[in-house]
Amino acid sequence: MPKITYIQFDGTESSVDAAVGTTVMNNALDNLIPGIDADCGGECSCATCHVLIDENWMTKVGQPSEAEESMLDLNPDRASNSRLSCQINVSEEMDGLIVNLPEFQY
Amino acid sequence: MSEAVKPEDTFVDPYSIPLDSKFNVAQATLFEQDAQWGYFERLRAESPVHYCDESEFGAYWSVTKYKDIMYVDTHHDIFSSEGGIVIADQDEDFTLPMFIAMDPPVHDDQRRVVSPVVQPINLAKLEGTIRERVVGLLDELPIGEEFDWVDRISIELTTQMLATLFDFPFEDRRKLTRWSDVATANEDMGIIDSEEQRREELFDCLNTFSELFRERQKNPGNNDLITMLAHGEATKDMVDRPMELLGNIILLIVGGNDTTRNSITGGVVALNENPAEYEKLRKNPALINSMVPEIIRWQTPLAHMRRRAVVDTELNGQKIKAGDKVVMWYVSGNRDEEEIENANQFIIDRAKPRQHVAFGFGIHRCMGNRLAEMQLRIVWEEIMKRFEFVEVVGKPERILSSFVKGYSKLPVVLHAKK
Repeated sequence: MPKITYIQFDGTESSVDAAVGTTVMNNALDNLIPGIDADCGGECSCATCHVLIDENWMTKVGQPSEAEESMLDLNPDRASNSRLSCQINVSEEMDGLIVNLPEFQY
Repeated sequence: MSEAVKPEDTFVDPYSIPLDSKFNVAQATLFEQDAQWGYFERLRAESPVHYCDESEFGAYWSVTKYKDIMYVDTHHDIFSSEGGIVIADQDEDFTLPMFIAMDPPVHDDQRRVVSPVVQPINLAKLEGTIRERVVGLLDELPIGEEFDWVDRISIELTTQMLATLFDFPFEDRRKLTRWSDVATANEDMGIIDSEEQRREELFDCLNTFSELFRERQKNPGNNDLITMLAHGEATKDMVDRPMELLGNIILLIVGGNDTTRNSITGGVVALNENPAEYEKLRKNPALINSMVPEIIRWQTPLAHMRRRAVVDTELNGQKIKAGDKVVMWYVSGNRDEEEIENANQFIIDRAKPRQHVAFGFGIHRCMGNRLAEMQLRIVWEEIMKRFEFVEVVGKPERILSSFVKGYSKLPVVLHAKK
């Protein structure tokens, strides 16, 4: 199982064994990792599962879709490595993925 | 002596009338009497995407299930907001362009200018001010004496908040309340006497804000909404497009006023109707955090949003034609048992309280959602510190509208904490 490490805004780290095919959002929720609200439940329609992907992993997680892009765009805190964690499906090659959580969700 | 029964007090059983193209939920009187629930329950069960070909607003589709609402809200390429987001059309000779009623890219550009005001980092700075004002208002309230909660708390508090966000002259703040009411009023509500009067008052609003806009162009304030508009790349010339300026000001006033106002009142009503939940809250005030989104779901202060199909499309088996008006009934989606467990119960410690459609979803999702939650949280934290019981002592008066779902009056008596 690929390991994902979530880093809170205050620096707290938690690592989880993620199931392939589930989302980066779901793995955070299932392991009670704070910092992701996920109001819409994973529909790419509220942008409250915003995360910042470690720069070294940007190519591995792929590009945001047009729908994700339009939601990310509404966030004034958007950075170049911003993603919605509900739109990242975990794959074997994401073993070691590092995900930073923002200070606030919208 | 028997009391006269007014015709609007007695509604036909929604299950006794044919579910055909005359079945019309967009009747303000239904909402005024809180009699809309059965209509929506029936639509959800028997005709979740329903066409009504005759109403005072013309023909329209009703979308009543949570999932279908989510679909419409997130497909802005199929269901456009251009031209209006309420069931009633704007008068052709008096249209107010505002970003909520626009599609990308203009929507995105304009929304981006004002959204930082409700960015969490800025909200944190506002928390102290909000709490101070809430405390000030609550401490002046009489104990054991009847008063109107809507006027003294809900309206006053949201108006103070709005004046702060705009950095609007504080002593004139009730003008904001008035403009908000006027903007969403219809002639039957008793707020305005005629459409002419409405326009006159809204032009007064425009003049006031144009002046403030020009003044802040020269002397920028500190992160207030008018300064942001006056200096934002996509909006800095808006003062030369007066109808667009007025439209966006109205959007921000209504968005920040009617909605939170009615959720503040709605919470008091809900807790009175559900005494066991009120007791839970007294025992554990920490439940305020999950109660706040539950109040917003339960109240759903904006009953619907409207879209217009731009292409022929299909939704839950129904063929919708390009140009058709499509109304998403948030008020119904929030009671959809298929998506929300025990949706027809008010439960302040739900597992997933934020799973509701009251803020909408997709690119038009409410910009002030976190501000609204913060205001409600602070109000309830301070209420629970002071009062054992905010008792509703008379019938709530509801607003005559199928859009703004709320209260015009709520008589209450306060009981001091034991």
